[in-house]
Amino acid sequence: MSQKNNNIKQVAIIGAGPAGLQAATVLSQNQVQVLLIDKQAKTGGHLEKWSHLFPDSRPSNEILKVLQQGIQKENIQFFKNKRVSKISKSNGQWELGTDDGLVINSDAVVIATGFNTFDAHQKEEYGYGIYPAVVTSENLESIFKGETTWPFNSSGKDLRFGIVHCVGSRDAKCGNLYCSKVCCVTAVKQAIELKKKFPGATVYCFYMDMRMFGTGYEELYQEAQTKYNIQFIRGRLSEASPSQDNRLQVKAEDTLLGRPAKLTLDMLVLMVGMIPAVSLEMKNDAVYLNQPAYGSSFITPDDVFLKMNHHQQAGLFITGACKGPASIPEVLQDAKATSIEVLNYFNNKIK
Amino acid sequence: MQTWKDYQKQVPDNHFFYVRSCIRQSFFPGAEVAFLRIMQEYLKKDVFEDKRHTTCTGIGYHSDIIPLETIMTVVARQLALMTEAGYKNLLVSCVTSFGIYLEILDMWHHFPDKLAQTREALWRATRREFEVPQVVVHASDAIYHFRDELFNMAQYSLVNQETGQPLNGVEHVGCHYAKIFPQKGFGGAEFPTVLTGIIESWGGRVVDYPERRHCCGFGFRHYLVQANRGYSVSNSKVKFESMAPYNPDFILTNCPGCNMFLDRWQYTLSEINGVTYDRDGRGIPVLTFEEAAGLVLGFDPWVLGLQMHQVGVESLLDKMGVRYSAKTKYYLGNKNEVKPEKPSVLMV
Repeated sequence: MSQKNNNIKQVAIIGAGPAGLQAATVLSQNQVQVLLIDKQAKTGGHLEKWSHLFPDSRPSNEILKVLQQGIQKENIQFFKNKRVSKISKSNGQWELGTDDGLVINSDAVVIATGFNTFDAHQKEEYGYGIYPAVVTSENLESIFKGETTWPFNSSGKDLRFGIVHCVGSRDAKCGNLYCSKVCCVTAVKQAIELKKKFPGATVYCFYMDMRMFGTGYEELYQEAQTKYNIQFIRGRLSEASPSQDNRLQVKAEDTLLGRPAKLTLDMLVLMVGMIPAVSLEMKNDAVYLNQPAYGSSFITPDDVFLKMNHHQQAGLFITGACKGPASIPEVLQDAKATSIEVLNYFNNKIK
Repeated sequence: MQTWKDYQKQVPDNHFFYVRSCIRQSFFPGAEVAFLRIMQEYLKKDVFEDKRHTTCTGIGYHSDIIPLETIMTVVARQLALMTEAGYKNLLVSCVTSFGIYLEILDMWHHFPDKLAQTREALWRATRREFEVPQVVVHASDAIYHFRDELFNMAQYSLVNQETGQPLNGVEHVGCHYAKIFPQKGFGGAEFPTVLTGIIESWGGRVVDYPERRHCCGFGFRHYLVQANRGYSVSNSKVKFESMAPYNPDFILTNCPGCNMFLDRWQYTLSEINGVTYDRDGRGIPVLTFEEAAGLVLGFDPWVLGLQMHQVGVESLLDKMGVRYSAKTKYYLGNKNEVKPEKPSVLMV
């Protein structure tokens, strides 16, 4: 028994969101001792904040429950409220240092730090934080979950909602040139959900172009137009202001009609993009997990074709949305792939 | 991470080379004089101006009359005068000029060959040389920077003396103040704090209204091309109609175009449509930042030049409790007093 224990490998997983939970589940099933670390007190990451998921409106807690059950094992230890700031390696062992002085040792490390949502205050022209009726896609999920209330009179008639795509994405002014990928389909999902809750409402989506890349997404987009009569306007908002009746006035351009548009709305939902949660800095053979600066990119894998789950340093792995915007299914598949690579590393199949 | 409203710019505490506006002196002739008096006599700052400086030619440039190389050389000449006088902080009266200086300095930064060509052109034309300024400050930046010091010397505030309530101020910041270079203006482009900070520091309340960021009506071609002038008036009309329900007591601006059109077009619209945008038929007084500072400091409104406004300012003076003489409004020293013709709608 003791002989077997000496051979048990340990992996430290930084981040207990969907990617971290999935990797922890697979690795623990393969007799690896998992040290799961998160800056929050709870597991689940952003998934915990979401009400329903695209494209089939699956309640997010169904997925979360499965992932959280997966880590209810003796060989998984969860370190909560710990923010890892430094990773270094000596004599084949990894050493992780946290902000509050805790040191964790392991044989391999998986970075699953995920993403943060873009701070919508930066797009000041949209009035987030200034006008209560301007909310983010994340705030709207919280309303759907019943945790917060509607920022307008929900018993009112002829309600009008606006949804702005690409908030903080594909926007050089924000330092983010990339597409956050999941916002278009999230907008379609949330627009349909709003129509289901307020059948008499009019919902406008202001988009740059609709990027319906995933299975079932295009169908959902079609359904939004034909079944729910959601209005898709190609153009971005220039500004939001208070209207004289204490609602919101927004100005936009309909670039297909070539006309300016001015609308009065009861709520404006900003589809906030994904930004990196950490940026890595290599210094003196150690890896530092820093707060990303303006324009920081996501973590770059060793090889975007062949070593998508590897950092340049052997034994250091990266998984999930810390590498760039991704959907929940993509993240879960990626975490499984990363787990295989970690096992291969332990079995000396890769250096 | 920084948001736009966190943008703060550095304003030096002293030693400025002041460049005037070509049009403000015609529109609101007391404003620049008041600014210099505030800076030099009240704040005891070293502000130098050279009478040889000229227009920046910005209006000609934005109208496609002045070529880029020409305006660069004109700007270079102003900077040469500043360099010769030993100053490094450029203090600009006009928002159009402010945008011009920033734009040209930015172009020189990105295209050093343009800077070299300009140096050569200026040398050939005038035998002058110049240094680029360390800081470019708009005059409203300076008033904003020193707003608390000024309020310590104030005799009046932006508070209704009868009710004790803050006066409602509509602010309109010139487009070229921060829309070209958001990081060069206090508060960035969307919610600039340069005028709101002044209003709130002096006791007033800022009115947020639907068309707050709508064009004032200047827009260069809207006005300069006579056939387009209707666009100019209609832009201003959109703004007035949008702000009117909030009962603003005054409009504060920092750009000559905004001053001009938000004031003059109230008269024009009243003559065309027979309407004013206040409750009493007197119009909404429009002030520049220096005029507001002058009033708060207790300047005589007629020395400040407020009689040159199209919309009478007396409604605001009364609310603030400013003492003034109605009889001396049009007194011009030893010359005969000439009163303007009365408008048919706007009460004066």
